[in-house]
Amino acid sequence: MNQSFAYLKKQPWVWSFAAALAVWLITIAYTEGQGATAILTAALSFATFTIIVGLGQMMVITTGPGNVDLSIPATITLSGVVAMKVMDEQTAMIIPGIVAALGAATLVGIFNYGLIRLLRIPPIIATLSSSFLILSTAISYGRGIRIKPPLPLSDFATARIFGVPLSAILVLVISIGLAVVLKRTVYGRSVLAVGQNMRAAWLAGMNVDRTRFATYVLSAFFSGICGIVLSGFSGGAALNMGEEFLLASIATVVIGGTSVAGGRANVPGIWGAALFMYLLVTMLNTFGASAGVRLILTGLMIIGVIVAAGGEEQR
Amino acid sequence: MSSDSIRLDGVEKSFGAVRALAGVDLHVAAGECLGLVGHNGAGKSTLMHVLSGNLTPSAGELSVGGAKITGNWTAAAAQASGIRCVFQELSLCPNLSVAENVRIVHRSLKGLGWKKRASDLIRAKLDEIFPGHGISPEDEIADLAIGKRQMAEIARAFTVTDGPLRLVILDEPTSSLDAVTAEQLLAYVKTETARGTSVILISHLLGEILSTSDRIVVMKDGKTVAERKARDFSRNSLVAAMGSEAHERRQATAKILGTDVPVLVKARPKTGGSTALEARKGEVIGLTGLAGHGQTRMLLQIYSRDHADVKGAISFIAGDRQSDGIFNLWSIGRNITIRSLKALRKGGLIDLAAEEKLAEDWKTRMAIRTPDVNNNILTLSGGNQQKALFARALGSDAAIILMDDPMRGVDIGTKQEVYAMIRAQADEGRTFIWYTTEIDELSHCDRAYVFRNGEITASLGHDDLTEEKVLQASFAETAA
Repeated sequence: MNQSFAYLKKQPWVWSFAAALAVWLITIAYTEGQGATAILTAALSFATFTIIVGLGQMMVITTGPGNVDLSIPATITLSGVVAMKVMDEQTAMIIPGIVAALGAATLVGIFNYGLIRLLRIPPIIATLSSSFLILSTAISYGRGIRIKPPLPLSDFATARIFGVPLSAILVLVISIGLAVVLKRTVYGRSVLAVGQNMRAAWLAGMNVDRTRFATYVLSAFFSGICGIVLSGFSGGAALNMGEEFLLASIATVVIGGTSVAGGRANVPGIWGAALFMYLLVTMLNTFGASAGVRLILTGLMIIGVIVAAGGEEQR
Repeated sequence: MSSDSIRLDGVEKSFGAVRALAGVDLHVAAGECLGLVGHNGAGKSTLMHVLSGNLTPSAGELSVGGAKITGNWTAAAAQASGIRCVFQELSLCPNLSVAENVRIVHRSLKGLGWKKRASDLIRAKLDEIFPGHGISPEDEIADLAIGKRQMAEIARAFTVTDGPLRLVILDEPTSSLDAVTAEQLLAYVKTETARGTSVILISHLLGEILSTSDRIVVMKDGKTVAERKARDFSRNSLVAAMGSEAHERRQATAKILGTDVPVLVKARPKTGGSTALEARKGEVIGLTGLAGHGQTRMLLQIYSRDHADVKGAISFIAGDRQSDGIFNLWSIGRNITIRSLKALRKGGLIDLAAEEKLAEDWKTRMAIRTPDVNNNILTLSGGNQQKALFARALGSDAAIILMDDPMRGVDIGTKQEVYAMIRAQADEGRTFIWYTTEIDELSHCDRAYVFRNGEITASLGHDDLTEEKVLQASFAETAA
C-alpha cells in the first residue's frame, strides 16, 4: 500500500487528477451536494473535445523543442464545416461526410509538415500561417452555412451510457490505443527518442522524418475527429468553433506532466488536466465570479498545479 | 606537509545505495603532476567533482593550501581557490564563442573591450599549448569538432587573470586528441608543473600516465589502493594494481581473405581525393590520421548511404555520447534496445519480455556496472554509458558497424574485452569500420586508411600500423 502510494506520487499525472478532484469536491461542498454527478457528466462531455486535441498536441510537443501545432483550431473548424456541408443534413451522407472531413484534416497535417520540412519554416510559424490558409478555405467553402448535423450524428455526440458520454468512451479507447503506441510500437519509441535528441535518434537507426511527419498528420487527424463530433454536439459547425482549443490543447499538455522540452509524453495527464480545467471554470461559475476574476483565478490555479507537479519531478 | 597544494582526508560520497567514494585520502604537492588511474566506476570522476566543489562530500575533510575548509565547499569557492577542471563531459557552452566561454570563468574580464582581452588571453594560451591549433577565438563552440572543443577547454583551464592558479584537474584530456596534440598537451603539463602549478591527470592511457606523472595513485571501488612514484611503476604493475591482468596482445597477423569474400562498403570521401574506402565482409578497417580530418564525415557518409555503395544493415557507435549517443530520459535497457526494436516486434507490438531479455543479456556480456537495467542511463559513469552504446550496436542485426572513436573514457580492462569481442564478431562475419584517435588501437585492425584534409592519403596494411608510419602518412602531402 505504502509502496503503491510512493509509486503514485512519482507519476506526474497524479497532480492534475488530484487538482481536478479537489476542485470538484470544493464545488459540491459549496452547492451542498447538489448536481455532483451532473457536473461530472458535463465535465466528461466537454473535456472530451479538449482531450482529443490535447493528445495530438502532446505527440507534437513530445517530438522535441520548437515543435507545436498552432493549426488545431483552424483544422477543427475546417473539418466541422466540411462534415456538415457534405452530410447536408442527410443520414445517408454521414459516412462520406466523416471521410471527407478526416481527409481534409489529414491534408492539413501533410501541408504543415511540408512547410516545416521542405521550406524549413519553424513549426510555430508554419502551423500559424497555415491556420490562416485553412480558416480562409473553411470560410469560402462554408459560406453562410447554418446546416444542422444529421440526427444520428448529434445523437451519437450527446448519447450517454449509464451517465457516461459515448464520445468520452470513444476518446478513452483512442487514449488507451495511443498509450500502447507510445510504449510498444517503433513509431511511439521513435517519437520519444526524436524528442530527446534528434541526431542520436537518427544515428540509432530511427527514421526521424517519417516520425515527425506522422506526428503532425496524427495531430491534424485528431483535430478532424474533434471537429466532426463537436459539430454534432453543438448543432452544427461555426467558424469560431475551434477558437478555445488552441490554449486548451497546450495547457492540458503542460499541466498533464508531458515534458515541454520533448521526449516524455503522458496520456493520463491529458485527461486529468482537461477535467481540471473544465471543473475549475464550473467552480468559479458556481461561485458567481465575474469573467475577469475567473480568468485571473484560472491562470493562477494552472500555475499552481504546474509548480506542484514540476517540483515533484526534479531529482 | 606545508607544500601540500590540496589534501583530502577520509572523503566519502554516496548516491543512494551506491557508495562512490569509501574514504579517500589524497594529497597533491605544489608543482606536482599526480596520475590517477582506475577502472570505470572506481570513483575517479566523483572524486574530482568533490574537489571542484560540484559535489558535497558525505564525510571527510578537505584542505587547500594547508588551510582546512570549514564552510560550504562550492564550485565558486573552488574556482576562487584556483582549482580548475577539464571534465570528460565537456562543459563549454555550445552557443557561445571560444572567447565568450573564457569570460564565463574569468569575471574580471569586463568593461569595454573585454572580448578583445578574452580573445588575446585564450589565443596566447592555445598557441602556447597547441602550436598550430587552427582555432579562432571567434569560433562558436558548436561549430568545432570535438577534438578542438577539448583543446579550447583545456587551454581555458590554464588561463590566468586575477585569481591564482593552484590545481588543474584533467579528466581524460587526450581522449579526443590525436597523437600529435596529445603529445603537445603532455609536454605542456611538464612546463606548467615546473612553474609550481599542480596537475591531476586522469587517463586510461597508461603510457601517458607513466611518462607524465611524478606520482601515481590507483583507485578501486571508491578507495585508493596503491600509491607510488611513477618511476616505480611499470605498465604491468600498474595494471595489476588496478586489479586486472595485462593483456598486451597484438594481433599477430591480418586476416587473409579469399577473393570470393564480398565487398560490403565502397565509398570515396565526398570531401575530396581519388582513393576510395573499401571494406569486405568480416574485416576490421581502421580510419586514422590527425583528428578532425574527415574521418567522422566519412563514417556519416557511409551511414547515410550518400555516394556510398553499402550492402547490409548499419549500426553506428557514437564517441560523442552526449550529442550523438545516449537518450537522457531513458533507462539503460531502453538505450540498449532502441536499435533492435523492429526485430523485437511480435504481431506489430514490441515484445517487452524479449526487450528486457536483450537488455539483460548485453548488460552481462558488456559487464555494465548497474544493479538494474531499468535505472536511468545517467546513473552510469561515462565509460559504462559507452558500454551501453556498444551493447546497442552489437546486440542489433547490423552487418556493418561504424565506430566514431568509441573508446573515450573506457578503462583498459573493458577495452581489452571490447577488442576481443570485435575480433570474435569480425570472425563471425561482421564488418567494422573504426575511427580511432589512439594509434595503439590500430593494431586490432586488418587495414587502415589515413585521412588528411578530407582525403584518403594512404592505405596501410596491418604490419605498417606503427606509430611512426601512421604519423608519417598523416603529415605526408601526397599519398605514399
